[in-house]
Amino acid sequence: MCKRKIAVLFLIFILGCVKSENEPTVIKFWAMGAEGEYVSQLLPEFEKENPNIKVTVQQVPWTAAQEKLITAFASEKLPDLFQLGNTWVPQFHSLSAIENLTEFVDKSTSIDQSNYFQGIWDTNVLDSTIYGIPWYIDTRVLYYRTDILKRAGYEHPPRTWDELYEVSKSIKKVLADENKFAIYLPSNEWAPFIIWGLQNNAKLLKSNNSYGNFSSAEFKEAFTFLTKFHKEKLAPIGMTKVNNIFQGFKDEYFSIYISGPWNIKDFKFWLTDSLENSWMIAPLPSPTDKYPGASLAGGSSLVINSKSEVKEEAWKLIEFLSRKNVQIKFYKLLNNLPAVKNAWNDSVFVNDKYMKVFYKQFLNVKATPKIAEWEQIAFSKVQQYTEYTVREVMTVDEALAALDKDINEILKKRRWLLNRKIE
Amino acid sequence: MKINIKKYYSGFGSKKSLLIFLSPALLAIFSFFFIPVIAAFIISFTDFSIYALADWNYIQFIGFDNYFRLFDDPLFWTSLKNTFYFVIVAGPLSIIASLTAAILLSSKTTLFKSFFRLSFFLPVVTTLVAVAIVWRFIYHPNFGLLNYALGYLGISPIDWLGDPNWAMPAIILMAVWKSFGYNMIIFIAGLHNIPEQLYEAAEVEGANSWHKFRNITLPLLAPTTMFVGIITLIGFFQLFAEPYIMTQGGPLNSTLSIVQYMYQEGFRWWNIGYSAAIAFVLFTIIFVGTIIQLKLKKND
Repeated sequence: MCKRKIAVLFLIFILGCVKSENEPTVIKFWAMGAEGEYVSQLLPEFEKENPNIKVTVQQVPWTAAQEKLITAFASEKLPDLFQLGNTWVPQFHSLSAIENLTEFVDKSTSIDQSNYFQGIWDTNVLDSTIYGIPWYIDTRVLYYRTDILKRAGYEHPPRTWDELYEVSKSIKKVLADENKFAIYLPSNEWAPFIIWGLQNNAKLLKSNNSYGNFSSAEFKEAFTFLTKFHKEKLAPIGMTKVNNIFQGFKDEYFSIYISGPWNIKDFKFWLTDSLENSWMIAPLPSPTDKYPGASLAGGSSLVINSKSEVKEEAWKLIEFLSRKNVQIKFYKLLNNLPAVKNAWNDSVFVNDKYMKVFYKQFLNVKATPKIAEWEQIAFSKVQQYTEYTVREVMTVDEALAALDKDINEILKKRRWLLNRKIE
Repeated sequence: MKINIKKYYSGFGSKKSLLIFLSPALLAIFSFFFIPVIAAFIISFTDFSIYALADWNYIQFIGFDNYFRLFDDPLFWTSLKNTFYFVIVAGPLSIIASLTAAILLSSKTTLFKSFFRLSFFLPVVTTLVAVAIVWRFIYHPNFGLLNYALGYLGISPIDWLGDPNWAMPAIILMAVWKSFGYNMIIFIAGLHNIPEQLYEAAEVEGANSWHKFRNITLPLLAPTTMFVGIITLIGFFQLFAEPYIMTQGGPLNSTLSIVQYMYQEGFRWWNIGYSAAIAFVLFTIIFVGTIIQLKLKKND
């Protein structure tokens, strides 16, 4: 009796061992926020096609994503495949944490650079080497109230900087209310200020991105132009009166706002009934008569851990997630815009008036400087000195000089590393 | 049964057995407290940044450079000034508020004592994030309760969190409200320890309430006040969560505190070396502050 039990147990043990030899390869995949939640709905198809691969998804909250990834890197616990905001790619490249994907792309039959928007693809290329594949994309466009623009005498959205300024002045005049503004340009959003600089062909950093160059004539012109809206009370200075931008847009607190595709859903939700058709989006105005003006190349990329042991499998998953039908399904799940161009031919996009605008804008998007320190420069320094200028604590010249000085301090380490490489 | 206590202890009282029993705790404190503190101190003399994670060769010893840079950093001085503003105003306010509440709640004539004690203590145990959200609405320039109430007094609306001059007072008001309940409980305990006979004797001598408060309550509460003072000082110097949630340090960095600046530099931008230097400056300030308080007490 007892012997038989042991024999059975032994048999189970043997079977267990045999099975473990056939166990599928596991890809660890980290995705942020809602992506992490929904991507698992796409994976059964992938696992069906590749029965020898199993994907485990870990959801990382956006707010803690960068900290989590960097601490994971420090403790060598990075997953095989993960999502990165495309402005983070340079940072993880400087850590040598992510794999060079150039060879994978060259070999691939499904991923082709020409199927991507040029500006977006560029954000993943450092020293002509590819480090990430765009997963979904975003950019900023102009949200505006069509009804109010009409009242101000404009049938179409502003196409040039000058037009934007004139429209804003007319809106302010028509509304004739000191608590209503034409445009919302909060100083805690660096994007419009950087976009305007890029549109004006400003080189934000100089000498191989190792010194600040915000005092350049091009950037100064763009910055002076935008902060003029605050000085002339066309844009509100503080942010505390806007608890909720959708409410503010609805209440005519402001009529123009520069933002990305993530807000479409909420604007649709807030502006209902009579207001449903009283707002629209448009590509950004331009400093010249070449419309539309450039915007930011945003979005998330998929990258492979350089220390992963399952790179081939991870690449397969990237190829799968970049398929046209998977990208469209992903959009339907959570409104993330597809990175591959051929997905945009689908009727979902062709028949959507908002998506048409985004498509037009994606054809003219630019990347911010591709260095690890960019996030700090944009979020802490650009925003700080924008606020100082807007509140008139500093003049434009003083603010930009101080900004360059702070940036030079931030980039000290980068200069040291560059010098070391030369030696 | 009679136990020979001396004999009972002599076996265990040796230093060796003491060490054995304490070693788990000591080991934990040593490895999770002392080693990190020493490491941080060393790091404060390097330019440890995100690049150092990639390759240890990228770390340079730069001596006191981080500390010199601090002296030259306007943001550091702003955060230092803001923190002192907060400690100097909010500290005494908080102690006065908690002492007043404690005295009122210890009075024999007060009704519904436990109800009030609970209500005053409730903010202490409420999550700060929830509190901050509610207070953000209270401070809202257009729809806020506070401006509504001030309106009845004929005071025009104030943009509490949006005006660089009002943001810190707004943070102070909230922080005092949030924290005074804790000190109040300690003061109540202190008040209960004052013998009733002293008050009775004073009454026989014809002392009024003020005399009793000045000559009996205050001196006998001194040790409690001392404790509360030091705890409050240490706590308030580490101001972080209130501005972090309510204002993110703004507007115009008028509510940026030292700890918040340290957090930003260290954990947002990964300038660990610089951030460690800030931490040690803060440590020195708190240390000196505590010593001054203790000295003042001794001289009394």
